[in-house]
Amino acid sequence: AVKRGTRFQVSAALREGRVTPTELCHRCLSLIKSTKFLNAYITVAEEAALKQAEESEKRYRRGQPLGVLDGIPIAVKDNFNTAGIETTCASNMLKGYISPYNATVVQKLLDQGAVLLGKTNLDEFAMGSGSTDGVFGPVRNPWSYSRQYKEKSAPKSHSEDEESNWVITGGSSGGSAAAVSSFTCFAALGSDTGGSTRNPAAHCGVVGLKPTYGLISRHGLIPLVNSMDVPGILTRCVDDAAVVLGSLAGHDPKDSTTIQDNFKPFELPSLTDVSKLSIGIPKEYHAPGLSSEILALWSKAANLFKNAGAKVIEVSLPHTCYSIVCYHVLCTAEVASNMARFDGLEYGHRSDMNKSTESMYAATRREGFNDVVRGRILSGNYFLLKENYENYFVKAQKVRRLIANDFVKVFGSGVDILLTPTTLSDAVPYMEFIKEDNRTRSAQDDILTQAANMAGLPAINVPTALSERGLPVGLQFIGRSFQEKQLLTVAKWFEKQVKFPMIQLEEVKRHDHDAFQHQKSASLS
Amino acid sequence: AAKGCGGVWCRAWQRGAGGPSPAPRGQRAVACNARGGAVPAGKSGLAPWVPVVGLEIHAQISSNSKLFSGSQVQFAAPPNSLVSFFDASLPGTLPVLNRRCVEAAVMTGLALNCSINKKSLFDRKHYFYADLPAGYQITQQRVPIAVNGSLSYSLCIDNKMSQMVTKTVRIKQIQLEQDSGKSLHDDTRSQTLIDLNRAGVGLMEVVMEPDMCCGEEAAAAVRELQLILQTLGSSQAVMAEGQLRVDANVSVHHPGEPYGVRTEVKNINSIRFLAKAVDYEIQRQIEELEGGGTILNETRAFDSKLGCTVPMRDKEGKQDYRFMPEPNLPPLILYDAKSLPANMNHQQVVNIDWIHERLPDLPSVRREKLVERYGILPEHSFTLLNEDGLTEFFENVVKQTQMKPRKVIGWILNDLLSYLKQHSLAVKESPVSSFLLADLLNLLEKKEISSTAAKQVLAELWKGEGKTPLEIVKEKKLELIQDQKELEQICQAVIDGQENEVITMVL
Repeated sequence: AVKRGTRFQVSAALREGRVTPTELCHRCLSLIKSTKFLNAYITVAEEAALKQAEESEKRYRRGQPLGVLDGIPIAVKDNFNTAGIETTCASNMLKGYISPYNATVVQKLLDQGAVLLGKTNLDEFAMGSGSTDGVFGPVRNPWSYSRQYKEKSAPKSHSEDEESNWVITGGSSGGSAAAVSSFTCFAALGSDTGGSTRNPAAHCGVVGLKPTYGLISRHGLIPLVNSMDVPGILTRCVDDAAVVLGSLAGHDPKDSTTIQDNFKPFELPSLTDVSKLSIGIPKEYHAPGLSSEILALWSKAANLFKNAGAKVIEVSLPHTCYSIVCYHVLCTAEVASNMARFDGLEYGHRSDMNKSTESMYAATRREGFNDVVRGRILSGNYFLLKENYENYFVKAQKVRRLIANDFVKVFGSGVDILLTPTTLSDAVPYMEFIKEDNRTRSAQDDILTQAANMAGLPAINVPTALSERGLPVGLQFIGRSFQEKQLLTVAKWFEKQVKFPMIQLEEVKRHDHDAFQHQKSASLS
Repeated sequence: AAKGCGGVWCRAWQRGAGGPSPAPRGQRAVACNARGGAVPAGKSGLAPWVPVVGLEIHAQISSNSKLFSGSQVQFAAPPNSLVSFFDASLPGTLPVLNRRCVEAAVMTGLALNCSINKKSLFDRKHYFYADLPAGYQITQQRVPIAVNGSLSYSLCIDNKMSQMVTKTVRIKQIQLEQDSGKSLHDDTRSQTLIDLNRAGVGLMEVVMEPDMCCGEEAAAAVRELQLILQTLGSSQAVMAEGQLRVDANVSVHHPGEPYGVRTEVKNINSIRFLAKAVDYEIQRQIEELEGGGTILNETRAFDSKLGCTVPMRDKEGKQDYRFMPEPNLPPLILYDAKSLPANMNHQQVVNIDWIHERLPDLPSVRREKLVERYGILPEHSFTLLNEDGLTEFFENVVKQTQMKPRKVIGWILNDLLSYLKQHSLAVKESPVSSFLLADLLNLLEKKEISSTAAKQVLAELWKGEGKTPLEIVKEKKLELIQDQKELEQICQAVIDGQENEVITMVL
């Protein structure tokens, strides 16, 4: 089996001088170029990245790196503010917008020497589950171009099929997932409101961590649903996710919803004994539309724990089935509110319409937002009307509490971790995905991930196996609030057992053989 | 202080038509005529009207920085020089509550006898307006920081200082909220310019129940509130600088009937105009109703030049503010001595009891103390407090003279104050210091000059030429003559010189 490159290994290589930050940065930039067809990046900050890499190199030469992240190339979803680099949210509304400040998470990564390569693609304002609905076009799943997919998916007549066969990344953090999956960076930030980090992580075969709400600052993350948004972490392995989490977590005076308690970064122990663990299998996650393949994989995973001595029990989260409709109300209401600031006055797109301030607002917002965003604004405002507030918003909040309480009860009964599928199936081809509208898609795709956001719980996608079509399939672990260490420890154990295969990027090799080889070897210790 | 005609005629209305009303003048004449004039058949033309006045007052919190951001708060700074990323609503920015603003609201709530909510919540109130960058205002709609208070204020009857009555208005709530920016409309170039310096400054909205019935009451209540805020330091409460903004809700109805449709009067920028605006609006409504018309539930602006209220155009459509909880701010939790967690960082908590213990004397207490300590009349204590710095001036004079405070107060109120008013001077700008006045009063008290002479000296002192009262007395030879012989000689000289007149007088 091929060992997968992890940041730990790369930072060892950096420390030992086997590779320099500038070399690493060059290789990543070169890979970004050769994988441009994936459309994973909206903006590549080549110059700034090289400068940061040089600075990092100086620190290594002085023997004073800032930490394990120093010199490590990273990418950030384009809904995090980055000073001096465009932040677009994949929307006409913010095309060309350059923020004067860094999001706290971005600042923390930079402060620790990470090299910011660029901003990754997404659904407009993170509203979607395919990374297909942004103004810069859809993101292509790197696995579409893997040997594994090509061998297993029906080898029809080539050329034109290749164009129609490519599969989506999932979303909305599809750009970040594709970037990590295609080796163009070692870690990426996503955001997770209803599954936006875990869903593309599952489809792209990478680790996707949604930490507990309040553990990581949202300051500088352009909000979708403030009460559910969490910065997400995408990496190639669980250990890396723990490292990035350690560098980001903790109170931020600029975000009043972050917890005050000190967060101590941790190294993950290698678990050898799982016999004291109690793994819950929520029966409601046998959701309609769950593919038999994933169901089988889920059972297999449960058995893996059982055979290793863990207690595996079926549990019930009876209100999960209401989560979609509840999410719809809460999400659109907050969207309607959050989007009110985009009026063309202070920043962003402004229409030429100058008949009156009101007509300028209307034209600006019509031109700036896509149908999905406008649709959510419309329904959100409807739910917030005085006559509807009690019937929709307040009820949805109550249902949200019931959903959260389901988890409290289950964890209170002695269950440590919940094991569920992350997605209903493997990634579907783009041509198939766009047959249904964004709302239907989001409702279906979020069903397994969303409840964790409702309850604010930490959850992680661990790549588990390849489907019959040669595409990644992941499983999700949901842990107790602020028990990231336990969650990641279990995830790491699982990761070790399943030995998820490494992507074999034929296409990229063909495009840029040299760079890819370098990158791959740089990833190996 | 505003003592318009309102109080007078509003009581006349309440008494009904029978009561003899004082000679009407100005607007009042119109109202009276309307009342006695054409009234639709079937309605008693003599039915009394009961005006109902409630107030919504926005007081800008006196603090170094804004309610949810670190930008400085300063009046008349260059446009857009005090704007943080949050104030401009840059995407991704979050509110961080300013502790000082919370303390100011708690202080104000305690001073207004409110219950302080140990848990209050923030909400978003949505509307599109150019000087509201986020498209919503963060306010406290559901659970405000303070509720159920009261404010006692006094006013004089029939414009006579000697007849004062004390009234109470209930305070419904005090809520913390953000101020908006300012729009400057440039009509000639048909453009609007936005200044965000004020955007996000902390406000306390004080909602008074409709317990008042005329402009004078409204004015007196606001004046008392203003004094309280200034005493607490929770707001500078200068109306001219927009630190205190008053909107009045006005309606009229017949006794025993439900309240009438109310209008909201905005754009009132002084206490005097408040009384005028309320009285005008009461009259307008009575006239309208007696003329068979109806009152629209509308917002009206007070035009201080014309002395009337006019409908405001920009809020015609009914707004639905689509309130929702502010998701970026956790509930605001306050503590008292009992609930204060032992291991809590002091910087993290606001302790209501701690604030309570440190409240300064409120105006009502200060007045009582003045009356008690100096034996002055209660109404004099009002005048002392109403003028900024006058109490201190008075007390300084009292300290430096042997004259009885009850006599000193006359000089302060009749001479000093009327002079200052005539010349539109503040107490601190007075050309006569408390030291000089005390000096002069000492001369009077020692009977070295007569009180007529004292007034002459004071007139000289106003000139501010740096002379002491004694110097002026000597210069002008105003001393009282104490020597009996000298007095006899003077008298004899007068008698000797005017023999004929003396004889006529005696005869």
